[in-house]
Amino acid sequence: MTPENLILIAMALPLVAAIWVALFGKIPNVREAGSIVVSIATFAVCCMLATHVFADARPSVTLSEMLPGFSISFTVEPLGMLFALIASGLWILTTIYAIGYMRGHHETNQTRFFVCFAVAIFAALAAAFAGNLFTLFVAYEIMTVSTYPLVTHHGDEKARAGGRVYLGILLSTSIAFFMLAIVWTWHLAGTLDFKPGGILELAYRGGKIETLGLAILLGLFAYGIGKAALMPFHRWLPAAMVAPTPVSALLHAVAVVKVGVFSVLKIVVYIFGYDLIRETGVSEWLCYVAGASILIGSLVAMTKDNLKARLAYSTVSQLAYITLGAAIATSGSIIGSGMHIAMHAVGKITLFFCAGAIYVAAHKSNISDMRGLGRAMPFTFGAFLLACISIIGLPPGGGAWSKWFLAVGTADRGMWFLLATLMISSLLNIAYLVPVPILAFMTPKGAERQTFKEAPLMCVVPLCITAVGSVLLFFFADQIYDVLLPITEVTKEVKS
Amino acid sequence: MIDFVSQLPILMIVLPLVTAPICVLLGGRQLTYILALIVAWCVFAISLACLIQVNQSGPIHYEIGNWKPPYGIEYVVDALSGFVLMFVSFLGAIVLTYGKASIDKEIPHSKHYLFYATYLLCMTGLMGMCITGDLFNVFVFLEISSLSSYALISLGKSRRAPLAALQYLILGTIGATFLLIGIGLLYQMTGTLNMADIAGRLDVENGGRTLLVAFAFMTIGLFIKMAVFPLHTWLPNAYTYAPSVVTAFIAATATKISVYAFIRLIYGIFTPDFAFNTQPLDSALLAMSLIGIFIASAAAIYQSDVKRLLAYSSIGQIGYMLLGIGLVSVGGLAGGIVHMFNHALIKGGLFMAIGCFALRIGSVKLDDLRGAGKTMPWTSLAFTIGGLGLIGVPLTAGFISKWMLLTSSFEAGRPQVAAMMLVSSLLAVVYVWKVVETLYFADPSDAAAKAKEAPMSMLVPLYVVIAATVVFGVWTDWSAGLAQQAAEFLFTGAKQ
Repeated sequence: MTPENLILIAMALPLVAAIWVALFGKIPNVREAGSIVVSIATFAVCCMLATHVFADARPSVTLSEMLPGFSISFTVEPLGMLFALIASGLWILTTIYAIGYMRGHHETNQTRFFVCFAVAIFAALAAAFAGNLFTLFVAYEIMTVSTYPLVTHHGDEKARAGGRVYLGILLSTSIAFFMLAIVWTWHLAGTLDFKPGGILELAYRGGKIETLGLAILLGLFAYGIGKAALMPFHRWLPAAMVAPTPVSALLHAVAVVKVGVFSVLKIVVYIFGYDLIRETGVSEWLCYVAGASILIGSLVAMTKDNLKARLAYSTVSQLAYITLGAAIATSGSIIGSGMHIAMHAVGKITLFFCAGAIYVAAHKSNISDMRGLGRAMPFTFGAFLLACISIIGLPPGGGAWSKWFLAVGTADRGMWFLLATLMISSLLNIAYLVPVPILAFMTPKGAERQTFKEAPLMCVVPLCITAVGSVLLFFFADQIYDVLLPITEVTKEVKS
Repeated sequence: MIDFVSQLPILMIVLPLVTAPICVLLGGRQLTYILALIVAWCVFAISLACLIQVNQSGPIHYEIGNWKPPYGIEYVVDALSGFVLMFVSFLGAIVLTYGKASIDKEIPHSKHYLFYATYLLCMTGLMGMCITGDLFNVFVFLEISSLSSYALISLGKSRRAPLAALQYLILGTIGATFLLIGIGLLYQMTGTLNMADIAGRLDVENGGRTLLVAFAFMTIGLFIKMAVFPLHTWLPNAYTYAPSVVTAFIAATATKISVYAFIRLIYGIFTPDFAFNTQPLDSALLAMSLIGIFIASAAAIYQSDVKRLLAYSSIGQIGYMLLGIGLVSVGGLAGGIVHMFNHALIKGGLFMAIGCFALRIGSVKLDDLRGAGKTMPWTSLAFTIGGLGLIGVPLTAGFISKWMLLTSSFEAGRPQVAAMMLVSSLLAVVYVWKVVETLYFADPSDAAAKAKEAPMSMLVPLYVVIAATVVFGVWTDWSAGLAQQAAEFLFTGAKQ
């Protein structure tokens, strides 16, 4: 099978899943079996595609050309491939987890849930494979719209209010800023294709745009991609936490938010060209905005007692790491950012899985109520602890590597203030994450013993797998490094 | 024997014109409907044939009664008028196909034959304004279409319908009179009524005050007819209280024909040089259209009646077309022209969906539409897709025209116009979403809970139009391609 076909198959499979689920909505077991089978198949196809892409192939497909030079097309490069692997791989686990969660929790409208879920995964893959800005934009918007019913799943006033904030911020930033930036890019470069080395250098050298203009354009992209949750456009993420936990886990820790930061990274590398960004210094302000986002996100997380809300702000903070890496724009920081997409995905999904498992088993969502729960749910809280280590960036968690590269990046650029920010943020991570498992495992004397049991097996097994995965990534980080290296190398070739 | 093919342009006008009195003579409900339907589709077929012929062998000039212009009246089908004729006749035909059930319900049976006759007359008037090359003839056809639309609007079931028609009559007559004054002045200056001939004889550089006054009268007259803000006051009531079918037809076609006449006025008679260089019409157009877009869209947000909401949205959308003209470039003009077409489809489709709701629920107030997404899923879906087109979401026709306008405003060195356009589409998001949320996410109203899905006879044509809005968002040869040709034709024609 040619890699071109694999691209199309990989994207078609989630849609097949959506149709399957819709058709067999009345028979839950058939419906769920279909979901699982297709998710495994999607991952397998992505793996097959990855063997081509990581061997330096760049398969490309154009679906339709609307106006001259303006098309829906897909080109797979390592960064997108890595993201697709993460999204499709974690989709399998999330599907299994979601089945356990939704049934354990007796949720209604499960068919709609699984349909929208599959469509969102389709959008994530389409964004990962997007060959130009327009395709990326379309995938981005499909994702926004398809996740809206998931956010408002409960259908009560609270869910609807959360959904309105979610949709309002994501749509309005994307239309007002992202779209404007795309039109501007088209005007400057005459193309929207992702090209190694960027497409804007010529326009800049030719005097079509000033340095200030370039900085504004970067700002339009950074804020237009609201899914990257850069402050002050981060409010949608905590608002989205009204969704059922599997949604928060896969979509609001992995697919949706990662599409955001992935897009930022991709635009920095393939539209601007990170050399151009570094040499002109147009991203310096973004470094500090991202730094502020990192710190403030962590600080707000500390004040939250609701576990999911705390994790949401933690995500806001961690996403800013990736934006920071893109803004620093050295080859090391770009790789660090790419890695952090993977590391944080695996770590954060574990944390959300745990939060969901706790909710299913004990119906508790506030951290202060979880005192002593660790004895009753050792696996869940054990996994939580492992994932914490990765998120904080301590060995042997995968996050150690990505944070290392990012820290080296700030040092390379002589941004000592930001280096300090990263270190302080890690301390803050410890302060707001570690108390959760500690509190759970330490039962104060005289307190009543918690009588709950672990969540259903379908919930616990996936979260154990991802927790182990977050540790394994520490040992296999060099593979990810090798895979991501070509993105930075190609740039240099083009330049010389 | 006369060559049939060469007589096509006149048939396009004569056929509906003659059928209208035949309908009155025949009387009865079914027979007149079938007759009107056949004629409407014949007219569409003829206009399509003419368009194809124009594409292959250049503009068609038809001399009525073989009187040579400028003495006789001449009909001209060129790239622009051919395109407009095609979509006006298409919408006229498809709305009539769709409308049977709705007409049966909303219009007293005894008046049906009069309705069909008037409908055909209205179509004749609109097509005539488009095809004629004689300035006085434009006025005649304008009056035919206006008088018949006053009659059509007053057929509405609401007691306010006649009042709305009267309101339109007063303002419409003022507009038509202004146009007539302008025509009179031009006739006085040149002694001819043939447009091409006027253009040849008119000395736009030394025309003095008479020329300016003629230009001003004609411009304002047409602005009233196309409901440009702040000359729009007749439109919301007219659209709201007219029968659903009439609203769908008039909203899709009538204002666009006035925009078409305006384009002709500038490019065919006064020359763009006079309009945009000697007179500052371009800045005026941009300012007026942007103000209009913002105010009308904001007003749409606060409407509780969906028909009225869409009416205000129409006023805003006219702004986009004028914006394209005001950008004074081939790209901008093409964007404006293609938006005429795309918006005709989108608004036509939306009002057709509204007609389905009116048929089954009996009201189109937001309160009564609550929860209709469950009982009328297909109509609601159609409305949603149309609404996405109205916003200008990628892969819908609305996006193509917005994209062309956006890129053109960058090329014209007015990025701030592009930014404001994007911000204004956020308002469209709000008012469309308001309806969509009501349809899908609100507790059902009594009327909506009891409603059945609309009949197939309405759904099929509705979906033809809605599907067209998606098709023309992906394949643009027949929309943007033709508009581009028309714009190039106008620009080269103006330069000669």
